[in-house]
Amino acid sequence: MHIWKGFYFAVGRRRFFEFLAFSAFLLFFFGPLLNLVMLAFSDEYTYPSFLPSALSLKWWTFVLSQKNLASSMALSFLVAITTTIAALLICIPAAYAFARFRFPFRRFFLFSFLITNAFPKIGLYVTMGILFYKWNLMGTFQGVIIIHLINTMMFMTWIPAGAFRTIHQEQEEAARDVGASRLRVFFHITLPTAMPAILVASIFTFLASLEEAQGTLLVGLPNFKTIPVVMYTVIFDYPATAGAVFSIILVLPTLLLLTFARRFVGTDAIAAGFKMK
Amino acid sequence: MSDNRVKLSINGMTKKYSNGEGVADIDLTVHEGELVSLLGPSGCGKTTILRVLGGFLKPDKGNLYLDGVEITHLPPEKRPTAMVFQSYNLWPHMTIYENLAFGLRLRKLPASEIKESVARAVALVQIEGNEKKYPSQLSGGQQQRVAIARALLIKPAVLLLDEPFSALDAKIRSQMREELKKIQSDLKITIVFVTHDQEEAMAISNRIVVMNRGGIEQIGTPEEIYDAPSTRFVAEFIGDMNFLQTQEGKVMAVRPENININIDSNGGDNLNGTIETMMVMGHFIEMILNSEKGRIKAFLPRGGNRRFREGDTVSFSIGAHRMFTE
Repeated sequence: MHIWKGFYFAVGRRRFFEFLAFSAFLLFFFGPLLNLVMLAFSDEYTYPSFLPSALSLKWWTFVLSQKNLASSMALSFLVAITTTIAALLICIPAAYAFARFRFPFRRFFLFSFLITNAFPKIGLYVTMGILFYKWNLMGTFQGVIIIHLINTMMFMTWIPAGAFRTIHQEQEEAARDVGASRLRVFFHITLPTAMPAILVASIFTFLASLEEAQGTLLVGLPNFKTIPVVMYTVIFDYPATAGAVFSIILVLPTLLLLTFARRFVGTDAIAAGFKMK
Repeated sequence: MSDNRVKLSINGMTKKYSNGEGVADIDLTVHEGELVSLLGPSGCGKTTILRVLGGFLKPDKGNLYLDGVEITHLPPEKRPTAMVFQSYNLWPHMTIYENLAFGLRLRKLPASEIKESVARAVALVQIEGNEKKYPSQLSGGQQQRVAIARALLIKPAVLLLDEPFSALDAKIRSQMREELKKIQSDLKITIVFVTHDQEEAMAISNRIVVMNRGGIEQIGTPEEIYDAPSTRFVAEFIGDMNFLQTQEGKVMAVRPENININIDSNGGDNLNGTIETMMVMGHFIEMILNSEKGRIKAFLPRGGNRRFREGDTVSFSIGAHRMFTE
C-alpha cells in the first residue's frame, strides 16, 4: 500500500489515473492475446489452476498433423486472393463512379453498402441460402466467393471512392490536356494516386476473407473447408488449446499485412473513405 | 509585337450551365503571338471561355477555329492547346521530371529527345535541380513554373492560363508575371490569359477583353481600356474613377489624375471643394474632396510649392472625362 501512496504523490493525481487507465487498457488489450499464446504452448490446462501445469508443443504437433491442414490453408489463401481480385474488379469502377459522377439515388446506393454490413449476417446468409439452392451455388467455389464478396463490398467501395474524391479534377484534365485519352488518364493518373487507399482496402478485403467462417461454413461445406471452418470443428471437438494454436496461425498473416499496410499508407487514406459526400 | 495573322477565333459561342450562368454569343479573335487577357469579376464567364477553348466544356452553340481549322468538337487530348490551371496542376505521384516528360512520352518521342526537351524547359522556367523532387516538395511558385514548362513542352498552338498566379504571394506574382511576359516574347507564343486582377491584365496583355455577366463589355489595348472605357462597367472596374452626376441625367466619369487641383490660387472659374482626407502615397498625394459635385478622389503630384492641409478649401477643374447614360 505504501508503495502506491508514494507513487501517487510522486507522479501527481492526473498522471496516476492516467497510469491506471493505461494499465487497464493494456490488460484488456494484451491479456487475451497473452492468454492465447500461453494456451497454445501448454500441455494441459484445466479449470481451477491459472497457469498451465506443463508447457509443450503437443497441440502444435496435433494441429499441424491434421491431414487437411495444408489443403485448408491453401484453400483459404486461394479464396482470399480470388475474393480480393473479384472485389477489385467490381468495386473500383463502382468507387470511381460514386466519386466522379452525379446520378440519381447516388447516396442511397452508397449507403446501401453499409446495410449489408449492418444486418445480422446469419439472417442474410439464410435468405441467400434459398437463392443459392435455386441457382445451384450451394457447396460451390463460386458460392463461397460470392458470400465473401458481400462482406467486403463496403470497404472496397468506400475507401477507394474517398481516395478518388481527393484527386482534383484539374489533375485529370491536365493529363488529357497533354494528350492522354480518358482510359490513359485513369490508369496513369487516377489509379496510381488512389493506390494507397486501394491497397488498404485490398488488405482489409483479403483479411476479412481469410477469417470468414460463418458464411463459408453454411455455403461451402462439405466441399470447401477453409482454415476458420476447420478451426470451428476443432474447437468443438478438442480442448481450447487446439483452438489457440489455430488462432495464432490465423493471426500471423494478419499481423504481417497490417505492418506492411502501416508502413506504406497513412490513416488519412482510410479516414477519407468514410466521408458520406 | 503581334502580326495580323489570325490564330484563334471564337464565333457566336454560347455555353450555359443548368443554373443559368455561363456565356452567350461570344465573338473573339486572337492574333498570332498575341497575349490576350480575359478580365472580369468572378462569375463573369471568363473561365468558361477558357475551358471551352481547352475542350473541357462543350459549347451549346458557335464554332472555334485554330489556325483555320475547326476545333469545336475535338476532345482536349486532340487539341493543340495547353492549359495551366490555378492550382493542382501537377501529378503528386510523379517526380517533376516525370510530370514534364509525360506528354512527350505519350507522343512516343525517343528518350534522349525527351531528356533534352525537358532540360531546356527546366532551364526556361528556372527550376533546375528539382527534377527528382515530387511536387509537394516545391513551393507554390515553383509548382506553377513546372506547370508552365509542362504546357510549353507539348508545343501548343495556344497556351491557356487560368489565373495561374492568383494563389501566389504578391511579390512572387509580379515576378512570375514578368517572366511569363519574357517567355511569351522570346518564344512568340499566343496566350489567352484569364484573370480577375486588373493590374495583372494591364501589365502583361497586348489586348484585354473585359467581361461581365457572361458577355464581353469591351475589347482593347490596356491604354484603350483605361483611357476610353466604352461602358460604365468598364469605367468602374478598371482603375480608380469618380462618377459625377450632371444635369442632363448623365454621369460624368473622371479619373483622379484628371482632377486638376489649382495650386496657385483659390476661387476663380473653377469648382471648389474642402479636403476631407489626404494621404501621401509616395510620389503622389491622394485627396478626397468634398465639393458641390459630391465626394471626389484626386491624385496630385508631390513637390509643388503649396502645402495642403485637411480642411483647406481648394479650387479644381475637371480634365479628360467621359459621359455615360445612367
